[in-house]
Amino acid sequence: MRQKLSEATVEIVSDSGEGAQKAGQTFGAVSAKMGNGVWTVEIIPAEIKPPARSRAGASGIRVRFGTKAITNMGDHADLVVALNEQVLYGRLDQKAYKKGTVVLLESKWATDGLETIRTQFAEALERFEGEGLRVIQLPIEAACGEHTDNPRVGKNMFVLGMLCHIFDRDIDKALNEVKLVFGKKGEKVVAKNQQLLRAGLEYAAKNLDLAFHVPSTASDEPKLVMNGNQALGLGVMAAGMEVVSMYPITPATSASHHVAGSFHKMGGLVHQAEDEIAAVGFAIGASYAGKTACTITSGPGLALKTEFLGLAVMAEVPLVVVVVQRGGPSTGLPTKVEQGDLLAVLYGEPGDAPKVVMAAATIEECFHMVITARRLAEAFRTPVIVLTDANLATGVQPIKRPELDPEWLAPPIDQSPWPKGLAPYAWDETTGLSPRPVPGQKGGEYVLTGLAHTQGSKVAYDPESNERGLKMRSRKLASLQQTLQTPEVHGDPEGDLLVVGWGSTLGAIEEAVDRMREQGHKVSSLHLRMVSPLPLGLNEIFSRFNKVMTVEINYSDPKDEGPYASGAPRRRSQLAWLLRAETLVDIESWSRVQGQPLQPLQVEQALLEVLEATKASAGGKSPVTA
Amino acid sequence: MFGLKTDWSLEMPPAYFTLESYEGGAARWCPGCGDFAVLTAVQKICRDEQLPPEKVVAVSGIGCSSRFPHYMKTYGFHGLHGRALPVACGVKSRRPDLKIWVATGDGDCCSIGAGHWVHAIRYNMDMTVMLFDNAVYGLTKNQTSPTTPPGRKTNTHPRGAWLPALNPLTATLGFSNVSFVAQTVDWNPVHLHATLAAAYRHPGTSFVRILQRCPTYSDDMFAEVQKDSNRLLLLEHERGVPAASGLQRMYAKRMEHDPLDMAQARALAEQQDTLPIGVLFADPSRPRYDEYTAQGLEMTAEDRLNALESELDRFAV
Ligand SMILES: Cc1ncc(C[n+]2csc(CCOP(=O)(O)OP(=O)(O)O)c2C)c(N)n1
Repeated sequence: MRQKLSEATVEIVSDSGEGAQKAGQTFGAVSAKMGNGVWTVEIIPAEIKPPARSRAGASGIRVRFGTKAITNMGDHADLVVALNEQVLYGRLDQKAYKKGTVVLLESKWATDGLETIRTQFAEALERFEGEGLRVIQLPIEAACGEHTDNPRVGKNMFVLGMLCHIFDRDIDKALNEVKLVFGKKGEKVVAKNQQLLRAGLEYAAKNLDLAFHVPSTASDEPKLVMNGNQALGLGVMAAGMEVVSMYPITPATSASHHVAGSFHKMGGLVHQAEDEIAAVGFAIGASYAGKTACTITSGPGLALKTEFLGLAVMAEVPLVVVVVQRGGPSTGLPTKVEQGDLLAVLYGEPGDAPKVVMAAATIEECFHMVITARRLAEAFRTPVIVLTDANLATGVQPIKRPELDPEWLAPPIDQSPWPKGLAPYAWDETTGLSPRPVPGQKGGEYVLTGLAHTQGSKVAYDPESNERGLKMRSRKLASLQQTLQTPEVHGDPEGDLLVVGWGSTLGAIEEAVDRMREQGHKVSSLHLRMVSPLPLGLNEIFSRFNKVMTVEINYSDPKDEGPYASGAPRRRSQLAWLLRAETLVDIESWSRVQGQPLQPLQVEQALLEVLEATKASAGGKSPVTA
Repeated sequence: MFGLKTDWSLEMPPAYFTLESYEGGAARWCPGCGDFAVLTAVQKICRDEQLPPEKVVAVSGIGCSSRFPHYMKTYGFHGLHGRALPVACGVKSRRPDLKIWVATGDGDCCSIGAGHWVHAIRYNMDMTVMLFDNAVYGLTKNQTSPTTPPGRKTNTHPRGAWLPALNPLTATLGFSNVSFVAQTVDWNPVHLHATLAAAYRHPGTSFVRILQRCPTYSDDMFAEVQKDSNRLLLLEHERGVPAASGLQRMYAKRMEHDPLDMAQARALAEQQDTLPIGVLFADPSRPRYDEYTAQGLEMTAEDRLNALESELDRFAV
């Protein structure tokens, strides 16, 4: 009898180049096709080619799948396939496993010709058992070698077959997926890999007493499986943009790769500029000339684009800037997640530079937000920033297949004559909006300038003109704000604690909140998509909770810790900083900056602490909201 | 219904454009500034070529010379210090119908924007780049520029500039895929016009260094060459600035130089005692990035949506 599970988390870890990611992605795709909820996340070493069997060099993949939708990578793996023992150390440090996690460990190292390796293996076994892992040693490569001359290359499919048996995957779907993955390499390669998959499946059936069933609900709704950067790339295309101007930077680059792979089929251009300054300058040039362009970058690139962003605000050039956040400051953690650029995008430019800032919370939103961004950029004649992060960039999930809408595409460039007497910045006093002449429009000739200017775009140093320009540009945000919906509260609309988040932490936060609510806690959450302007109605929502806190992946001084902790004002995480300023509510902040996506359990513990502290300090008195 | 209907062609307009058609606000450079002459030359070329003003875009960085777009009655983009070239390339990328003039100073191009200079030359998109070289920072009041001659006193080097001056001609001739390099002077309107006209007609990025006097900070900078016409060497060629009796009367030193001769162009560019004026190098056959960037413009919305649907299919489960 198979043991029924509502969800499971599986990892394959190895040295890089052993095909673990391909096996895991195939496993995830099969599960998605079966109708399971899935979240796949790659385990990436910081170096391109770390040495073999290195502790920090773990490369691989985690697949969390379940009966219901899965929105994050979860807490601990239930089962891990490890192709050597060393790579497990790094994962242990990252608390990826728990007591009882099953480890299917390649056993060939136990009898390796080198004594050091044999010793390392024995030491590792001791350590893992001490940690409470359930290690099962298996001669994976040898068993695979019975079916192929080259088991080093083929064993990833063998492992996939093992996992298909253990978790009761649909074998026809799995075989078909292998065909899709290797189809380009010809029938022989497909057949070989299918054979190895079957062999792995039979091997597991014969040698392991691990057999689970994770029920799925098949649906007719057409689905796509992709990561956030692929979704961004497709969003750029669906938005009808024709120019992506970029400079390579992890973890943003792969979004541009996806665009580059097929943009030409849609008549689009990926321009790889000489640096990020040129990338944004080129994009602004294309936008000025009528083709709203997109530039995709990450922290260090964002820093270089700052001066041009100020120009785009000042001269009201539509522009879409996607920032796939990584750890900072400086080169920071290039491959890992952080939400550290919120204040930089809001306030990074000298002077007052109001612009629209949105944050995608899911992979699906990575697609749709780019489309919205282009429309807002043009309607409000402004740069629009879309924030995502390394977690969204590499997380893979099934999403609803979007029904493409011709309305999403950019309209053709208006080349009709410009109305006589209409100024290039004929600001509407109420909205701050103004129609924009595009080169080629007869009679619309004007000189765009980064200097303070009149509505005629004439350089003006007089006090009134400068202030008027600033006011009109700010008014655009105020008028956009009027159109925004107040975000919905997840959970009850009132209670003891409200958690506010933004970006990729949505899944972990809501899962933690749900678990706490099941335990009877009065906890709710709110997730912001629009950060500039902020939606209206936040104060009203906040007033219905005893305490409001943010959960973020950017730095804040921990409470009551460190040499200067006693009551001094702490440095807060970035959303907390912003919301405190905007709402005057005494918002608590909790954050983690370990380069890892948040896990529901971590969040749960943080919420419990704040909840308890709030109750203690309130001492049974009435709510303490400002 | 979704057809992208834009007419890229440059038809001869029925209207006859005069110089006034291109004259923007009264230029506010210092009296005697060399920039006036360049402005007039460009306006004349626009008139001679009968360019519809709405199809002309003047792009600049920041500096005195970068005020240039404000004085043209065309579209203009007065952007950031050093960044005229990336903007100009972006404008051109999807708008082959637009005619681009770039105005940039020696600080703007050869110092803060030097990275873009190297690459814009290599991109070789169709545009005319005018380097207003007054060998000093004008707008910010007399600091040393990369082209300031050593020994010359400036506000940042009151005891005299120390470094050897950067030679924009040899530098540009050294960049990969360079397709047009010329030199001219602001004080000879005939030569200035002829050189800029040759640059305008050249397909690709035409780089023209203009020796430009700053009456406030470098009035004497070119005094010697100005006084002694033997310090200048007139380059003549039918594919460059053609021989013209007017110019020949002014310059005793003349030379027939084939702009396809890169070796000779480099040798000429190195000369310090006699400065070559005219077209040093021109090769219209060099690859142009704008021919690549403008691909696909003709695609309709239906084409795009169909392509995108099959793109989505790749991710379907
Ligand atoms: C990022 C930045 N740094 C510095 C400046 C100040 N600045 C303006 S123009 C200029 C130099 C101008 O010299 P040049 O490019 O030779 O042009 P000119 O004024 O001589 O025509 C400088 C340093 C600026 N505007 N922006």
